Amino acid sequence: MNAPQTPNSFRKGPDETGHFGRFGGRFVAETLMPNILALEKAYEDAKRDPGFAEEMRSYLKHYVGRPSPLYYAERFTEHLREKASAKGLPGGAKVYLKRDELNHTGAHKVNNVLGQILLARRMGKKRIIAETGAGQHGVATATLCARFGLECVVYMGAVDVERQKPNVFRMNMLGATVVPVQSGSKTLKDAMNEALRDWVTNVDTTFYCIGTVAGPHPYPAMVRDFQCVIGEEAKAQMMEAEGRLPDSLIAAIGGGSNAIGLFHPFLDDASVEIYGVEAAGHGVDTDAHAASIAGGKPGVLHGNRTYLLMNGDGQITDAHSISAGLDYPGIGPEHAWLHESGRVTYVSATDKEALDAFQLMSKLEGIIPALEPSHAIAKAGEIAMTKPRDHLMIVNLCGRGDKDIFTVAEHLGGGL
Amino acid sequence: MSARIEERFAKCRAEGRAALVTYVMAGDPDPETSLAIMRALPKAGSDIVEFGMPFTDPMADGPAIQASGLRALKAGQDTVKTLDLVRRFRAEDSETPVILMGYFNPIEQYGVDRFLADAKAAGVDGLIVVDLPPEEDSELCLPALAAGLAFIRLATPTTDDARLPAVMGNTAGFVYYVSITGITGAATPDFGKVSTAVERIKRHTDLPVVVGFGVKNGAHAAAIAKGADGVVVGSALIDALKGTLDDENRAGPGSVAAVETLVRELAAGVRSVARA
Ligand SMILES: Cc1ncc(COP(=O)(O)O)c(C=O)c1O
Repeated sequence: MNAPQTPNSFRKGPDETGHFGRFGGRFVAETLMPNILALEKAYEDAKRDPGFAEEMRSYLKHYVGRPSPLYYAERFTEHLREKASAKGLPGGAKVYLKRDELNHTGAHKVNNVLGQILLARRMGKKRIIAETGAGQHGVATATLCARFGLECVVYMGAVDVERQKPNVFRMNMLGATVVPVQSGSKTLKDAMNEALRDWVTNVDTTFYCIGTVAGPHPYPAMVRDFQCVIGEEAKAQMMEAEGRLPDSLIAAIGGGSNAIGLFHPFLDDASVEIYGVEAAGHGVDTDAHAASIAGGKPGVLHGNRTYLLMNGDGQITDAHSISAGLDYPGIGPEHAWLHESGRVTYVSATDKEALDAFQLMSKLEGIIPALEPSHAIAKAGEIAMTKPRDHLMIVNLCGRGDKDIFTVAEHLGGGL
Repeated sequence: MSARIEERFAKCRAEGRAALVTYVMAGDPDPETSLAIMRALPKAGSDIVEFGMPFTDPMADGPAIQASGLRALKAGQDTVKTLDLVRRFRAEDSETPVILMGYFNPIEQYGVDRFLADAKAAGVDGLIVVDLPPEEDSELCLPALAAGLAFIRLATPTTDDARLPAVMGNTAGFVYYVSITGITGAATPDFGKVSTAVERIKRHTDLPVVVGFGVKNGAHAAAIAKGADGVVVGSALIDALKGTLDDENRAGPGSVAAVETLVRELAAGVRSVARA
């Protein structure tokens, strides 16, 4: 094992072989390898083409609806301050929400999908496949495929098809084919296996639009780059609102794309504390959670080396989270590296804490968050109470909760 | 280094025919049945045996091998037990080359150096690890070659001439040409295209080239044997085994025989084609 690194910059990765320290890489079947190299080249070309950036900017503004607001959550902040003083704590940070739930399609996923679909068009690919957990990435992919007239096939674990029905309906409306995946745990990791199998089979015609900062190089870096618009906007917006950088950032982590999108532009601002929140399910000390950093170890899955949930024989174990979007036994390789290098602190929130935060945010701010960012909101509340009142915190509210109302209703008893 | 593999191909060449390479999953449906199947394979005409190392997430495998791996895992199979099966196989057969085929994570968790030493000691001759392309050679390929185990490469229809030299580097034993872009057990290949592809690969290597994916019966085996140095069959054998399992995936009296029967048919197919 390599010693954790303390680089001059945390924003330089990955290296030319796709590694962030000892994480990342290209662990794929030979059939895919030429395609992955072609994708890497196409992406490098696109990055150098000002026309590509201009096209991105234009669609982000007029189709996605960016920039998303940075909103001071006044009542949430007041609530935390009251709770803090009841406990005899002086604090209660000032909490801002980065409102990516206001994007077209209701989550941050569309930022990345737009980039990949524009790239697929440049590469002349007419068939798009995707994996999805919560269905947000599937909906975003189906949406942009509709917009650009591309064939779209979305793989989704059969368990997730059941618990995210509204999104399945939306994908169907948008003209996508949703394939329920019956293998393994029937959730996100199995959807990804099935998408990889499709890609191996249809490699010449098909572009695989991965929904998070996972998969083989160049996906973790490319998806991150497309999501960095979140952090870049937030930085400028905070400068405008408060005249200075925030003191902390916090985001939920499934594969880690909304989190890295917020974090990355701030990684070299040493004064900014950064927290990633994994899903603790029933608790990280149980066998029903999705916290791969807290409860996993480094291994190789889905094309990269990262922290994974597995048994002693290296068999991947099932993740559990109330939120389908966090229900994945791994985490993006850059997060694994940021964890080992100590730049980002990874914590976790349970199903119950996320449910409580879901309700609290709805009642106090009139914003129904998705269950995924509800994990970040839960930990934000806890951490904010320990900080002074002039501490500025940004929570990534990366998705809205419409898709989750059935799940939440069921957990609160009674159903809809 | 891969003396047993070289000798076996030399023997097949001397007999004027292609080799039959058979794949079954270690531990499916249980360790004892699996060992009995392994032992039956050479007797029924298999020249080289590949044992699958089960993995929960076999991203390049179709439904038959996925299910086979899950049956093995459910029955308690792990890397220690797989190496033990090889040891017991090797105790009775010192000549048939044994290849382990699987995915990297279970090997990495076992420990690369420890795995290579234990595999060598158990009598393994070569490794095929699906998710390690040449770009990741430092992970296992180079240590395996140093430990005296053949690291066998997969070449595919997407591996073009520019890439073939990289794929043919750092390898030994034989080259495994995957006849289709796809997963195991899927479509049957276009046999005409396969021999053209084998010729293309042979321009880049002196190693024997075997062909697999989609071979289901003796006729397919014969068609491939015309142009290749060997024919690999996996999913069809696993389907034959599966057909004999009861509702709880327990082996029946006909389990070993069902695999044996298909191997005999495949061996006859391979032997029906004379090669120069
Ligand atoms: C709203 C929302 N947040 C977060 C996630 C988790 O993904 P990531 O960690 O890549 O942001 C998802 C995934 O479906 C999601 O829909």
